[in-house]
Parts: sequence; structure tokens; C-alpha cells
Amino acid sequence: MKKEKPDFIVDGKRLDGRRPDELRPIKIEVGVLKRADGSCYLEMGDNKIIAAVYGPREVHPRHDQEATHAIVRYRYNMAPFSVEDRKRPGPDRRSVELSKVSRQALEPLVMKEYYPRSAIDIFMEVLQADAGTRTAGINAASLALADAGIPIKGLVSACSVGKVDDTVVLDLMKDEDNFGQADMPVAVSRGKITLLQMDGHLTQDEFHRALEMAISACKDIYELQRKALLEKHSKISFAEDSAKEEGT
Amino acid sequence: MSSEIIAEIKKDYMYNLIKKGERVDGRAFNDYRKIVIETGTIRKAEGSARVWLGDTQVQVGVKMQPGEPYPDTPDTGVIITSVELVPMASPSFEPGPPREDSIEIARVVDRGVRESGAIDLEKLLIAEDKVWMLFIDIHVLDHDGNLVDAASLGAIAALLTAKVPNKRYELGEDAALPIRDIPIAVTAADFEGQILLDPELDEERIASTRLTVISGKDGSIAGMQKSGIGTPTQEKIEEMVDIAIKKAKEIRETHFAEFLK
Repeated sequence: MKKEKPDFIVDGKRLDGRRPDELRPIKIEVGVLKRADGSCYLEMGDNKIIAAVYGPREVHPRHDQEATHAIVRYRYNMAPFSVEDRKRPGPDRRSVELSKVSRQALEPLVMKEYYPRSAIDIFMEVLQADAGTRTAGINAASLALADAGIPIKGLVSACSVGKVDDTVVLDLMKDEDNFGQADMPVAVSRGKITLLQMDGHLTQDEFHRALEMAISACKDIYELQRKALLEKHSKISFAEDSAKEEGT
Repeated sequence: MSSEIIAEIKKDYMYNLIKKGERVDGRAFNDYRKIVIETGTIRKAEGSARVWLGDTQVQVGVKMQPGEPYPDTPDTGVIITSVELVPMASPSFEPGPPREDSIEIARVVDRGVRESGAIDLEKLLIAEDKVWMLFIDIHVLDHDGNLVDAASLGAIAALLTAKVPNKRYELGEDAALPIRDIPIAVTAADFEGQILLDPELDEERIASTRLTVISGKDGSIAGMQKSGIGTPTQEKIEEMVDIAIKKAKEIRETHFAEFLK
């Protein structure tokens, strides 16, 4: 089944009616799992993902542990039903790479030196994918870390930006990603860039405008993240806190 | 699951409660935790369901694509059931290839769907040497006990709402899957002769025996699985089967009423 490349921009509007600098709708819920120490469910357009954090906890295998700080691990995994053609379960080259860059997008914010010889594990499950899962994952993982009570210097906010029909556009959806001219995921924390990847074709000027657009959108995402975190944690009483500690 | 430890003192406490006819979470022996089923949660799948059984949470997706039949059954569709116990769901789950627990759950769920004849597999023939391959993928998100029942509920709920993607493969209009039965798995746990349904995580850890019974609309049994190292008597087993079939009927009528007409 082949798809033709559609016209991406008609009368200044995109396929789904968005302006070039508009994000897809975002829905965030913090603390959705019982067993995990911290968790977050997040929708960004048609992306549906869950992030969970365990730790700080003992390191297995033992030889991975570090004497002076905690290690941070990140596992990006796609459910077999998350994409059009079923994905075979298990890691592939793509998920290994995404796990690495996502981990490094979050790691600078984690105060690892507080927990020598421990592991902080971040697990990200993609339940439905529609372009931009790594950035959606980083947004959720950042909140799961906070939900787990792990000391962090700040939240990380991420989104992608790219180019379709020679126009710089924010937060590509699936068709724009497949048939577009460039895709550039960006993560930002406290004004600094923690993730940057790009593939396709951008002039230096387009790159400049794309980066500005992404950083500005990350500020909006940050506000939504902050709101979701407060919604969950301004309600928690001390009684609930102690009940949650059990079993971990 | 076996690697999770439970304090001796909690074990004693739970056993004493059960002797008095009570459970840690206040349920009666025959009660299930709250069941919530949301279907159609994954638009990219042909059928999907998110299921909560108390705090246990699974997401099931059904995908279909044309493929080759097995040589010994050239005229019938193919079902492939997999379970991923992703490390997010429990501190004792680790990344890596499926271990025996996930394979066991997948095979028990598969047995229920297959042996109950819930899907009319002969209707999944497309042309000579071409049939529908039906993938039931179960993603366990939060493990708070009794994954088999949660996975089974998710599988049948996803199948009941699945659409055969004929259009995508230029085979005509999309259509509902040919479903004939609604198999329901009910797991009973044996505590020194006391029978409890839907064991939560701690109960599951200390029960000596669990028996999963999957039964269909007419009350006949489509699959069973005993797990644990307990040695129940014939009477106990028959009692568990009897309770399980009754409970399955109740769950079917409560949660799948619209499909029973």
C-alpha cells in the first residue's frame, strides 16, 4: 500500500489544521501506576506513552555500579500494536539509539552524586506512535522522575521541529515526518539544550528559525508539565505517602 | 514473580485473616477487584482494550495481516499470542527475552481463545495459501497480581471490538471479526483448603496453588492451568472449577452484556 505525498501547507494551515508553529494537543497524567516509584501517562497528538521510574535501587548486574554516583538507565520500548505494521517485540537498533540519546537528555538534571552504588531506571513504553515518540517520552520521563521523588535540577521539555514544503513547522505528525524534508528533535531544560538530533535538509537560516521555534514551544510544554505535577502532588496527604512506600 | 519476597509476619497475618474468612483488602472470598475495560484505546491496532483489575493494568492490541497458513491447517487463520512483562510493571521484571512466566500467561490466554472456538478461524481464509494472521499482543503495565485473568479479559475485549482491515489490503470493506464465544478466565487460589478468587499480589505470592479455569458461554471448559507447588485433593479441584464457571458467567453478563444478544 503506497501513499502519495500530500500538499502539507494549504492557506497557511497544515493537514490537521494547525499553524506552522502550533503543537498538537497534549494530555498529561502523573502517577498512573501502583508498582513503579514514579510514573506518567502522556499523549501528544496521536502518541500515547507511559513512562515509569524505579529507584534509586540496587544495581544489577553489580559490576555496572559506580562508587561515586548513581547510574541512570533508560529503556525505550514500542508495543507491537503501537504502529501500523506490527513491530516484533524486543529491542532493535533504533530503540537502542533512542534509549541512549533520551537518557543523555535527562541525565544532566539528575543529582546522581546523592546515590552512589545505585541505579535509577527509567522505562518508557510506546502504546501508540505517531511521530515524535522520543520527545514525548522525554517529557513523560522527566515527570516520572519528579513523581518518584528523585532530586532533579529541573524538568526537561522536548518537541520536534522540521521542514515540509519548504516551511519550518513545529511538532511533526506522521505524514509530515515520512514525506517531509527535515526532522529535528530538541530537548530543553532551564534554557539549555540536552538533546539535539536532525536528519534531512535545512539551510543555516532555517536551522536558526527551527531551533528558536522548538525552544519557544518547550517553554509552553514546561508549563503543562508543571501544572500536571502540581495537580498530582498538591493533593497527596502524609497518610498516602507512607502507604505508598510499602512494597518498593 | 517468584523472586519477590514477602515478610513472614505479613504472611502469618494474611493466613490468620483468611482463617477468619477475611482478606487483606476487605473483599469476600468470591469477590473480584474492580474491573474496568476500555476498548478502542489504540487507533493503530485493529482491536484494543485497556483493562484494570484493581491496580493490575494491561493494554492489549490485536493486529491483523495476510500471511501463509500452517501446512497442517491450510484453510484456517493463524492466532499468535504474546505477552510482554515490561520492566515498568514490577521491580522484579527485567528487560530481556520472554521468561517462563510471560510465556505461560500467553499460552494460557491463547488456549482460552483457541479452544473455546471463540474465533471462527475458517472464516479467516482469504485465498488459497493466504489467510489472516491474528496477533494478540498483551502489554503488562502494572503487576498487582492475577495477570492471567486481566490478560484474558483484555484479549477477548480487544477481539470483540476488532475490525478486519480488508480495505488496507484491498480485500473489500472492513468487517467485524467472526466471534462465536466469550471465554472468561477465572483464577482461584487455595489457602489450606480455603478458596479465594482473583488473588492480589501478596495473596498470589503466598498461595500454594492457583487454578485458572477458562469457560465459555455454555459453561463448558476451554482451558485450565494449575500453578504452584500445592497438592489439592480431587474435591478441592472440583470445587474450584465449579466456583470459577459460576464467576465467569457473572463477569460475562456484567461486562460483555452487549455482545451476548
